[in-house]
Amino acid sequence: MIGVALRMLFGDRAKYFGLIFGVTFASLVLTQQPAIFWGLMTRTYGFITDAGLADAWVMDPKVQFIDDIKPLQDTQLYRVRSVPGVGWAVPLYKGLLRARLENGSFQSCNVIGLDDSTLIGGPATMLEGRLEDLRRADSVIVDDVGAATRLARPPRFPGDPPIPLRVGDLLELNDRRAVVVGICKVSRTFQSQPVVYTTYSRATSFAPRERKLLSFILVGGAPGQDPAQLCARIEAQTGLAAYPREDFKWKTVTYFLKYTGIPINFGISVTLGFLVGLAIVGQTFYTFTLDNLRHFGALKAMGAGNGTLLRMIVTQALVVGLVGWGLGTGAGAMFGYVFRESQLAFRLPIWVLVLSASAVLLITIVSSVLSLWKVMRLEPAIVFKS
Amino acid sequence: MTTVTAPNPSSTANPGGAPAIVCRGVTKSYGSGAGTVAALRGIDLEVRTGEMMMLVGPSGCGKTTLISVVAGILDRDEGECLVFGQDLDAMAPNERTRFRGRNVGFVFQAFNLLPTLTAAQNVSIPLLLNGVGRRDAVRRATEMLGRVGLGERAASLPTQLSGGQQQRVAIARALVHEPRLIVCDEPTSALDHDTGHVIMRLLKNVALGEGRSLVIVTHDARIFGFADRIARMDDGRITSLATPDAERTAREG
Repeated sequence: MIGVALRMLFGDRAKYFGLIFGVTFASLVLTQQPAIFWGLMTRTYGFITDAGLADAWVMDPKVQFIDDIKPLQDTQLYRVRSVPGVGWAVPLYKGLLRARLENGSFQSCNVIGLDDSTLIGGPATMLEGRLEDLRRADSVIVDDVGAATRLARPPRFPGDPPIPLRVGDLLELNDRRAVVVGICKVSRTFQSQPVVYTTYSRATSFAPRERKLLSFILVGGAPGQDPAQLCARIEAQTGLAAYPREDFKWKTVTYFLKYTGIPINFGISVTLGFLVGLAIVGQTFYTFTLDNLRHFGALKAMGAGNGTLLRMIVTQALVVGLVGWGLGTGAGAMFGYVFRESQLAFRLPIWVLVLSASAVLLITIVSSVLSLWKVMRLEPAIVFKS
Repeated sequence: MTTVTAPNPSSTANPGGAPAIVCRGVTKSYGSGAGTVAALRGIDLEVRTGEMMMLVGPSGCGKTTLISVVAGILDRDEGECLVFGQDLDAMAPNERTRFRGRNVGFVFQAFNLLPTLTAAQNVSIPLLLNGVGRRDAVRRATEMLGRVGLGERAASLPTQLSGGQQQRVAIARALVHEPRLIVCDEPTSALDHDTGHVIMRLLKNVALGEGRSLVIVTHDARIFGFADRIARMDDGRITSLATPDAERTAREG
């Protein structure tokens, strides 16, 4: 009777497409919105994952996330290096500094100061120049998006596009000369400021004078060291906070989840998508069942038990759910693909697909329950009523 | 459409057949309290194997309620009703559903064919419900459509068929699983006179020809002549039980 159920479903094309539209819409919203949400969240920790060599990040115990800078004294670096199990430890400066552009305007930049000797924590992908060029005087490396947008030079003629910053161009960072020696590619940051890499010593010279300028200490464990145990040892011996890379990543995400309105805003969108989908699918499916009530009554009179009818309705609901979910998810993925080169934050991990599939399954179950209830209670004698 | 003359009931009746349906003192009410409506008030009825019994009477007299009770799709309140020796009310719901699926065929006033299924697929439904495989079910359904004169229209959708053809499909659906009892609700009311007679001839020849029992609810006096016996009902009671000739004499007298 499953074949009969499917023919009943596909035969009523208007309602079938109405059902598919409802599930597809819900599935699209349930996929696209969480994907954008997660894209934004990944931007919060992009800098942590970019600094791939470090097993652990050491910082002031009050630091709550990657951009929450509470500087340490430079001497803390030596204390960390003395902890057993630490293979290497290097300083990292991270701060917002104002860059003066050629047209006289100012732009805040995320300035990263890398260890002068090792350059650990630098960008993995260089588009122009080499990381080692940072050893030249006054040198900086700028990320490609920042170079093409916020740090770009003004056009020669009004109406022309801005001219991207290139190797050899000059900037002023806090009234200090800086020469662009390279263009790199980095993960997009949450604040979207241009990222400027330089050496630690030069970054601290760019920065306003403060007693403490060491933002983080990047640590690599000795061979065979467990990062969690290493961090525990660092914390015990120095009184600083130390996190394995993954833990610091999640600490940052957790901060944004907890203290910003982002999850609520996206949660509202997702909930609305769910409710609208539920309303469309529930109403259409119920109407579909009501329209076929007489036929279900006839089937019941002819010997179809409640179990058979239940299987028929559940099959219809699952097929609608599966087709609609596939189309909605496909449309969501297509959306992400089309805008892959734009500034849109879009990540489609497996858990988003599981989430949307679960929500669509819930929609189809809730929608079919009303219909099932109606059909289960249906008196087959209805077929004799004209 | 050819006009078919009603046959002489004595030539086809089988009054000596074994009892197929035996009802004694059957009552059925709807509603409760002051709003209670008594639909059946002590029905005594016996339908024999190979017999075509017609239930006639004014609207609201209880005809439909009676065939619903007889077919096992409605519980009676009191009395006894045995169908092929079995008390359907005493069966568990699933058992009764299975009994109905095996032993009862239905022909409805509005045909109740699934509009998105072809004629053959519609006819195959009772077979599918009885566990026959899809391919075998469609083959047997197509054969049955051939027996009701619609072998060429097996792949047609109900909307592509005339009212008479749809009712023939419904009859094929009622017969395909070889039930012992056929219950028909106003099988000719949606059809013109000639088509109605063709349908009745079909029911008489194909359905009764294999020793089945037929219970037909109808208002259509033009088909009374096909019955072996006619039970006239009024206000929930059977007021007369007679052959078509005696019924006609009583009506005209």
